[in-house]
Amino acid sequence: MLSQLEQIEKKALADLESVKNEGSLAEWHVAHLGRNAPIMQVFDKLGQLAKDERPVIGRRANEIKRTLEAAEAERSGQLRQAALSQALQSERLDVTMPGRQVPHGRLHPSTRTLRRIIHIFAEMGFQVYRSHDVETDEYNFQLLNFPPFHPAREMQDSFYMAGDYPKNNPLLLRTHTSPGQIRSMREYASMDPKNPPPIRIVLPGMCYRYEQISARSEIQFNQVEGLAVGEHITFSDLKGTLTDFARRMFGAQVRSRFRAAHFPFTEPSAEMDIECFVCGGMGCPVCKRTGWLEILGCGMVHPVVLQNGGYDPRRFSGYAFGMGSERVAMLIHRIDDIRNFWMNDLRFLEQF
Amino acid sequence: MKVPLSWLKDFVDITIPVEELAHRLTMAGLEVEEITYVGLPMPKSDQRQETKISGIEWEPEKIVVGAVLEVMPHPNADRLVLCRLDDGKEEQIVLTGAPNLYPYKGIGPLPKPIMVAYAKEGAQIYDGHQPGQVLVTLKRAKIRGIDSYSMACSEKELGISDEHSGIIFLDDDAKAGTPLVEYMGDAVLDIAITPNIARDANILGVAREVSALTGASLRQPSFDMVTEGIPIEGSVSIEIREPVLNPRFVLGLIEGIEIKPSPYKIQRRLRLAGMRPINNIVDATNYVMLEIGQPLHAFDYDSLVKRVGGRSPTIITRRAKQNEKLTTLDNVERTLDDFSVMVCDTKGVVSIAGVMGGAETEINEATKSILLEGAAWNYINIRRTLTAQKFSSEAGYRFSRGVHPAMAERGVRRCLEFMRQWAGGKIRKGLVDNYPLPAHDPVVEITTHDVERWLGIRLSSPEIAEILSRLEFSVEINGDTIKAATPDHRMDIGEGVVGMADLMEEIARIYGYERIPETRMSDTLPPQRNNPYHDLEESARDDLVKLGLQEVVTYRMTSPEREVRCFPAGTPLEPRIYLKLANPIISERVVMRQSVLSGVLEAVERNARLQPRLALFEIGPVFLPVEGQLLPDEPRQLVIVLSGPRALPGWQPADTAPMDFFDMKGIIGEFLMGLHLPAPRCETAEHPTYHPGKCARLWLDDQEIGVFGELHPLLKERLELPETPVIAAELNLEAILAAIPQGYVVEGTPAFPPVLEDLAVVVDESLPAERVEMLIRESGGKIVIDVRLFDVYRDDKLGTNKKSLAYSITYQAQDRTLTDDEVAKIRKRIIHKLEEDLGAKLRS
Repeated sequence: MLSQLEQIEKKALADLESVKNEGSLAEWHVAHLGRNAPIMQVFDKLGQLAKDERPVIGRRANEIKRTLEAAEAERSGQLRQAALSQALQSERLDVTMPGRQVPHGRLHPSTRTLRRIIHIFAEMGFQVYRSHDVETDEYNFQLLNFPPFHPAREMQDSFYMAGDYPKNNPLLLRTHTSPGQIRSMREYASMDPKNPPPIRIVLPGMCYRYEQISARSEIQFNQVEGLAVGEHITFSDLKGTLTDFARRMFGAQVRSRFRAAHFPFTEPSAEMDIECFVCGGMGCPVCKRTGWLEILGCGMVHPVVLQNGGYDPRRFSGYAFGMGSERVAMLIHRIDDIRNFWMNDLRFLEQF
Repeated sequence: MKVPLSWLKDFVDITIPVEELAHRLTMAGLEVEEITYVGLPMPKSDQRQETKISGIEWEPEKIVVGAVLEVMPHPNADRLVLCRLDDGKEEQIVLTGAPNLYPYKGIGPLPKPIMVAYAKEGAQIYDGHQPGQVLVTLKRAKIRGIDSYSMACSEKELGISDEHSGIIFLDDDAKAGTPLVEYMGDAVLDIAITPNIARDANILGVAREVSALTGASLRQPSFDMVTEGIPIEGSVSIEIREPVLNPRFVLGLIEGIEIKPSPYKIQRRLRLAGMRPINNIVDATNYVMLEIGQPLHAFDYDSLVKRVGGRSPTIITRRAKQNEKLTTLDNVERTLDDFSVMVCDTKGVVSIAGVMGGAETEINEATKSILLEGAAWNYINIRRTLTAQKFSSEAGYRFSRGVHPAMAERGVRRCLEFMRQWAGGKIRKGLVDNYPLPAHDPVVEITTHDVERWLGIRLSSPEIAEILSRLEFSVEINGDTIKAATPDHRMDIGEGVVGMADLMEEIARIYGYERIPETRMSDTLPPQRNNPYHDLEESARDDLVKLGLQEVVTYRMTSPEREVRCFPAGTPLEPRIYLKLANPIISERVVMRQSVLSGVLEAVERNARLQPRLALFEIGPVFLPVEGQLLPDEPRQLVIVLSGPRALPGWQPADTAPMDFFDMKGIIGEFLMGLHLPAPRCETAEHPTYHPGKCARLWLDDQEIGVFGELHPLLKERLELPETPVIAAELNLEAILAAIPQGYVVEGTPAFPPVLEDLAVVVDESLPAERVEMLIRESGGKIVIDVRLFDVYRDDKLGTNKKSLAYSITYQAQDRTLTDDEVAKIRKRIIHKLEEDLGAKLRS
């Protein structure tokens, strides 16, 4: 009987050797560990054996059953491992093939630049104030210290509106966002005319100039203007604020300088140049070899403007600055033709 | 303004390099746009150049003063001459074709040598025969059998002007052999003069700035004149009718002059400054204008006397009569407006004040006596006249920016003396000076505290006073207060607090902007408030981008013709009332837009041939005039346009079917949901822009928020649009943003499982699907949390004009697991309601 057992074990292990897949392993299981498998029949017949034979045969049969089960488990593991490696082998991708296209949208570069500028000033406490594109001569010029026929008006040729408007106050397309200075000051001052609150705002928006469209000038462009009014606002604050802005907008190392300039609504007035970030100030085509890039105009709010806004210039001071955001985008992205902005060619827009 | 360095040095010593000078001036607000070298050594060109540089340098060894001793004919050419020339070391034979030497040809040794600019072999000069400025090096050559190796130069060849009709005849003070650069080497600064520094639109003004900036002292020009004539009294009188427009009028008289060319030095300076020399008299007026800023006008005195029959003329200044006429010295008959000021005599108009003289009293070759006018005019009035006459001149430029009345007398004196020196004659003693409205030069008080409050720098009273006195303010210090009296050459200083700001600018400029520190604001923060309108608009942009749309920005100026292109040709339209430009710059931009769609469709046309798939949006205002309101309304619109395949074909299967109505509806729905707005109600609509069967109007509650649909086939024909359908949406962004709830509340994730079931019903083809969904939601109640249409099926077996709509319904209770019975009951209720209300049949 014992030798019969050995035979059963030997055959089962031998058969297992030739099992090559999960299917034949299942068949092997039925044949060697199933209900009708020889080893199971040994257990069935155990009762018919002599009493003294029973424990010996029983123990051995159990051992064999466990051996077979262990062998089956091991084989099963081997088979799964083999199947997995085969699968991994065969499921190789060409990783160089292009990814699936995802339809994407993008913001217009003007929006992106406006936002970056506004964001930097927002963190310094400047809040957005908006006003209309169509303005009166009074707000666009007169209240900003440009009297009628003032020579400074020549610097800002305007589009006027046809219609039955008062001769001394026609409608026009704002040539700068500065009318918002008066509108905001008046709004703030009206909160408490005796004690008007301080102001820190940025005024973004589309502006218009009567100019021939060319690579360098457009009839419409976005401007961001800033205005700070308070009892302790100085020219040195203006320099500090704008220098901080330039470092964040154009690079932490960028140097800036302030040149005297003229705007009727600020005095003293300045133009801010930054050291060319393309060549580091060494001179290149972008800065026309000067080493400097003109970025914005600024200055201390003119007393007449403060007065017109409802702020007593003997008590309050303020500064204002303004920059063209397309010009800023052009410098940063080396765009050499401003007409790209409103042409809306996707080959341009999709690069942002 | 072009400022020759040599001229500047008449009034101030300059020891710093020219580029450094340009930098200092630029920083102080006199922006030097270009430096043109005319002889002086130029900086190395590979260095960074803060200022644009051009020009030529004259090698001291190779370009010198030469003396022409004799002019001889060329043996083989009539149009060439040979000069015997002393170059300071030896005699040379120089070949030239200069016509201004012909008169001296063959007359033997000249009684007085002609001094010329002599360029030796190897010298670099500009080619006189080529247009523009082309550098050439003089080389030895044989011209018609004669050896030529050097040249007597024209102004063009030396970079002084374009003049090439003859060689330069230098003044007598030139010495043969002197390097030309030493004799008259120069550099010209081209300075942009802003309106606030009109006082600097002259050499003296710039010199004053240089003096203030460098500390070198200013040499005042002399206003003395040698008067050898009889007193002027009785020879002319002045009558000013409107002192506000003409505060001062000064006349001087010089008799017995001879009209001829000015000294070469004067001609050269005028040319370098951008003016053409004419003759000694005209040049003297221009020279003084450029030098000290006072425009002057020279009348032929004898012709004025003749006009009034030999009597002493009276000069009258008055406003023109409307449509009064004058032929000006450019031979144009000009019609004048009643605001323009005229200079007249008792017979009529002789010149337009401050702008241009009349032809009749103009000086000519035969003129012997000059009546010289120096006047002060109201600058705004001159400006109006210039604008009305569409005219510009150097005099008009200066008068229209303001010239101080004190300059009138100075100008006349300096000019008469130059005339005497250059043209001979005798100056009558005295001037006729009518000054009815003396200038008021403000006295401004400023304290050290004011300076600190505005500029953020602490300066002592003497420091402030020193800066201002360098600009010729008369200053008085009283403790912390400085009292500054405005000098009588500038008109830009205001009174009181305005004057303070004006002084502040001068202090900052001369102190140096770069020396003012950079500080962070220490002032109180303003009241903080949101700008929800701006924030929401920006977040709407972000949401649209996330939905795969590309933002475009188009022109806000357009034309009615362009906007009509949004409709099929021939559509009867109510004419729009536009905000019209009074002065459009191009014919296609003449009104403010009322349609954002037309601009975006233009963007589609532009890109259609280049890009198969277009998904664009624009947010921007339209401009609507409102009756009884000065400014128009500027509501913002949102326009979306889709066209082309849903996805671009790739190497894997993709949904490349063209985008349609439902792509747009999906995008709008998703956009509104992102703003936490309810799903909008969609209603079939008719709109000429859109396909009548594929157009819908959108509603949020009772508020219409826009229209969208596929473009009408006839409209597509009108435009250059892609083959695929074009879907557009025009939405009222103002209404959408206004409807956004202040906040929104979210629910926790349910703790109990949902039950999902499908339900398919057969309904009439004409029944809007929306009604089925609404009824399912209504009759299902709160337990039905989601209804999604997932299949639409049409088949004859369903019956004619029938469709099957299959919905996936999600049942969910917040507080319990739903039982099968419960769901079955609700489902039964829904089916019952669908059958009852909509005549639907359950599809088995």
